[in-house]
Amino acid sequence: MIKLIGLVPLFPLIGFLINGFIGKKLSKGVSGAIGSFSILASFVVSLLIFIELNGSAQKSHVVDLFSWISSGNLQVPFSFLVDPLSALFLLIITGIGFLIHVYSVGYMHEDEGFSRFFTYLNLFVFFMLLLVLGNNYLIMFVGWEGVGLCSYLLIGFWFKNTAYNNAAKKAFVINRIGDLGFLLGIILIFFTFNTISYGEVFKLANTGIAAQGTITAIALLLFIGAMGKSAQIPLYTWLPDAMAGPTPVSALIHAATMVTAGIYMIVRSNIFYSMSDVASETVAVVGAATALFAATIGMVQTDIKKVLAYSTVSQLGLMFLALGAGAYSSAVFHVATHAFFKALLFLGAGSVIHAMGGEQDIRKMGALKKALPVTFFTMAIGTIAISGIPPFSGFFSKDEILAHVYEENKLLWFIGSVTSMLTAFYMFRMFYLTFFGKFRGTHEQEHHLHESPKSMTVPLIVLAILAALGGVMGLPEFWGTHNWIADYLSPLIYRKNPSILSHETEWVLMGLAVAAAAVSIYTAYNVYRKNNILPAAKEEDMGGAERFVYHKYKVDEFYEAVITKPLNLISEAFYKFFDLKIVDGIVNGTGQAVNWFSELIRKLQTGNIGFYILAMVAGIVAILFTSLF
Amino acid sequence: MLTGLLIIFPLIAAILVFLTKGKTARNAALVLSVLEFIISLLVFYQFKHNPGAKELLLNCTWIESLGIKFAVGIDGISLLMVMLTTFLVPLIILSSYKNEYDKPNSFYGLILLMQMALVGVFIANDGFLFYIFWELALIPIYFICLLWGGEDRGRITFKFFVYTLLGSLFMLVGLVFLYQHTGGATGIKSWALNDLYAAGKNLSLYQQSFVFWSIFVAFAIKMPIFPFHTWQPDTYVTAPTQGTMLLSGIMLKMGTFGLIKWLMPIVPLALAKWGNTAMMMSVFGIIYASCIAIAQKDYKRLIAYSSIAHVGLIAAGILAFNQQGLQGAVIQMLGHGVNVVGLFLIADILFRHTGTRNIDSLGGIRNVNPQFAVLFLIVLLGSVALPLTNGFVGEFLLISGIYKYGAWTAAIAGLSVILGAVYMLRSYQNIMLGEVKTSTAGFGELAKSDKAVLIIVCAAIIAFGVYPKPLNDVTEPAVKALLENLK
Repeated sequence: MIKLIGLVPLFPLIGFLINGFIGKKLSKGVSGAIGSFSILASFVVSLLIFIELNGSAQKSHVVDLFSWISSGNLQVPFSFLVDPLSALFLLIITGIGFLIHVYSVGYMHEDEGFSRFFTYLNLFVFFMLLLVLGNNYLIMFVGWEGVGLCSYLLIGFWFKNTAYNNAAKKAFVINRIGDLGFLLGIILIFFTFNTISYGEVFKLANTGIAAQGTITAIALLLFIGAMGKSAQIPLYTWLPDAMAGPTPVSALIHAATMVTAGIYMIVRSNIFYSMSDVASETVAVVGAATALFAATIGMVQTDIKKVLAYSTVSQLGLMFLALGAGAYSSAVFHVATHAFFKALLFLGAGSVIHAMGGEQDIRKMGALKKALPVTFFTMAIGTIAISGIPPFSGFFSKDEILAHVYEENKLLWFIGSVTSMLTAFYMFRMFYLTFFGKFRGTHEQEHHLHESPKSMTVPLIVLAILAALGGVMGLPEFWGTHNWIADYLSPLIYRKNPSILSHETEWVLMGLAVAAAAVSIYTAYNVYRKNNILPAAKEEDMGGAERFVYHKYKVDEFYEAVITKPLNLISEAFYKFFDLKIVDGIVNGTGQAVNWFSELIRKLQTGNIGFYILAMVAGIVAILFTSLF
Repeated sequence: MLTGLLIIFPLIAAILVFLTKGKTARNAALVLSVLEFIISLLVFYQFKHNPGAKELLLNCTWIESLGIKFAVGIDGISLLMVMLTTFLVPLIILSSYKNEYDKPNSFYGLILLMQMALVGVFIANDGFLFYIFWELALIPIYFICLLWGGEDRGRITFKFFVYTLLGSLFMLVGLVFLYQHTGGATGIKSWALNDLYAAGKNLSLYQQSFVFWSIFVAFAIKMPIFPFHTWQPDTYVTAPTQGTMLLSGIMLKMGTFGLIKWLMPIVPLALAKWGNTAMMMSVFGIIYASCIAIAQKDYKRLIAYSSIAHVGLIAAGILAFNQQGLQGAVIQMLGHGVNVVGLFLIADILFRHTGTRNIDSLGGIRNVNPQFAVLFLIVLLGSVALPLTNGFVGEFLLISGIYKYGAWTAAIAGLSVILGAVYMLRSYQNIMLGEVKTSTAGFGELAKSDKAVLIIVCAAIIAFGVYPKPLNDVTEPAVKALLENLK
């Protein structure tokens, strides 16, 4: 079965081609079915491969397809790698991808771009699969930029809207900044090791042939790529804007899969990070800073998707914090649980938006519990899971991360813990404001409130089960239970650092985390449920500090002022002044000088014979003089 | 023989087309240029199976007293340049089907004449012959721009002509200087490429520097790279679309090709001394032209500046002078040729359908013609070098090659990856996305000929992006041989 790994990306590719070429002629039912079943087929193959891989002693299989780029030493085959990491990501991508495709059949039903939507979505899955399946960095890069393209297309899916188009362009351009770092990293890897295929690179790196500085440089360049794709400071600003895309896109691309590509990349390259303290510390600090920063913004947002977007940025930061602390398998664990509960939350939010006729402002919702029972119940599970309440999945992955960070650095642990507290608070704030209290929308909206169709609620239920039970993948060792995911990934972690914490410390940390979450939730309950306090309805009613945070610390405005505007100014100056006036001025000036000089010489042609003879004699005299002396 | 046919056939075709009248001219030109493409396929086939075959060589005495020979031959690099030419010319002719040109027999005859000269430049093995073809290529394009161009064509075409001619004269001086130094052992002077190589290596640094700059300037103007580029935007904008395609798709490759084959191997010492200066010019030009492209409103002018940026990257890759840089340059020359023809056709389509190329007056075309939107997007992605398009393979190798030269140089050159996305996506958004405007409401369907060209261009973009092996197979050994030669 592993030999047939090519089928996994092939199915979505076929779906993409069918919907792309003849999708408009197909009925919506057929178009959606092609889109969904191509992913289901991939999921089935992925599952079989996963099972086969678990049963086999060899944990890493390379499948070569064809030679792609070849230039001297630089040989880049188009080949796939099946190992525990890629197999796990395959399941997440195709599994959650399938659920979201099914959900989209319902969600996008009224949209005129229905088949186009599935075309893009299938193409996205294709590239995402390439990203995790590639056996060398350049194939990862192919998927990496490919998902960026699909993200661009899907953010700007409703292309008549200029704001959405701007968001799409912003996402692509910011990602390209990261991609340049990634590309240079790949090139440096090549010139250091003479290969870019994972197995060979890691083997050589392990022998220590590369200088410490080179390893650090590689790790940091790759991390620049990760900052772009996984929305870390300073390249995170595109992700909240990316919420312009249809909600299933936010769930699949901007929560569950694409944005975790940076984590995948670092786990894949873990050897570089475990060899370089500088790089690891950078990753940890950037992760912690992003986690806290985004969480504070999430506290005051009023758009339901924006809350979730900042929560995603924050959770990604937490994963990078884990990576920086060397807890690679914990980060992957959190990728998985986060994929469950965040996809669930986004799809739930989509269901709410669907019922509210497109309304996304939580200040205009309320009391949706009754009208949307399934959405309410499943979102409750998602909210509890992300807040870190046992025994839901988020609790286990988050706790594991924080324990590892505590070993490495107490300050970062503290930041991570505060972030978790804030997370629990703003998630329950959103939850209470949406589902409890009084309905604050229009009468018309109230009249139309309805639970979503089966195609949408069934994926919600499946994801809710996963979000609730997903923690079994990584039960804590100190409970005497088996941490499956840590064992599962251990073959590809190069430097392991087993926990040195005593069981007592672990228990205390865990208790603290749960208590902190409980306090947060109780506070949110008090404010938004019991006392029914609403966020300020208008910006003018906000305090200065709150307004500043509401405006995301004005970071976008800052970038506009220090990057976009100067770039435009430089461009204008280069064009209007430097190019047209100076460079071309010199060229034209040369031409004019020739003209002027010719005018001058022309005057010699007087037509006067006497003058010519005089000139001739003068010439002869001059020649005589020069040849004499 | 076969290579002789490559040159003679377009000449005969040009004469035949000159003799036709009216609309037959373009059909005849199209058929004949396709035949030329088939001949080049035969050459390709022959080269793949027996690169040393006699059919690929031609070596006749021409002017004995001066050691000038009509010598042509094919290596991997020239083969691909010939293929690019013979592939693009039929597309360029087809792209003109919706434009009504006066005196079509002259117009298409000149295109074919130009093709002859271009093929000649790429396969000449004799310095004098190379120069003759080089200058010969300028004449048809001069008339194409002068007679069928747009506003202010007289002044602009004159500037273009004088500027490039001036460069060529410098080159002639350099070549004559080299010729004078051939025949060191035998006393028999020769223009043969290999003899020029040998002559160049024996020159002092001072002499090499003279040769380097006199020839480099000619190539730098032709490409063009900063600061020799100011003839280019005006000429590209004013020339008829087919003229612009010839200039950007094929003719500028004369400069990069010349750099690889007719300069770098000749003057190794000068290269070591002046290569850095030339590299700085190229790399600065990349950023400079990319920034200027951001400020453009006229879509045709925007592509013109983006072309300067792209060619700057190619030149930098060549100047890095290593396997990846050179190979990337050759592959990117092909990629850029195909993409830029697509882009200029898009500019032409926009103008024909709406009467403007100003990106601010356009918008929302996607609503009216989604198919065009998709084709446009694919060409754009090729141009911003997205992986799995033809642009990426070349660009990755180029940046790798430049990295070997210097990490920071590569980082700065790599900024074009970001800036390219900025101006390309901005223009795409302004032209295609958003609500329909009055200028674009009546955009309508694409003409069949336009659609055919765009589909072929898009197919090439994806095919060579996914499976560039045929290009690798030809370029890899050719570049290896070139580098071996220098050792």
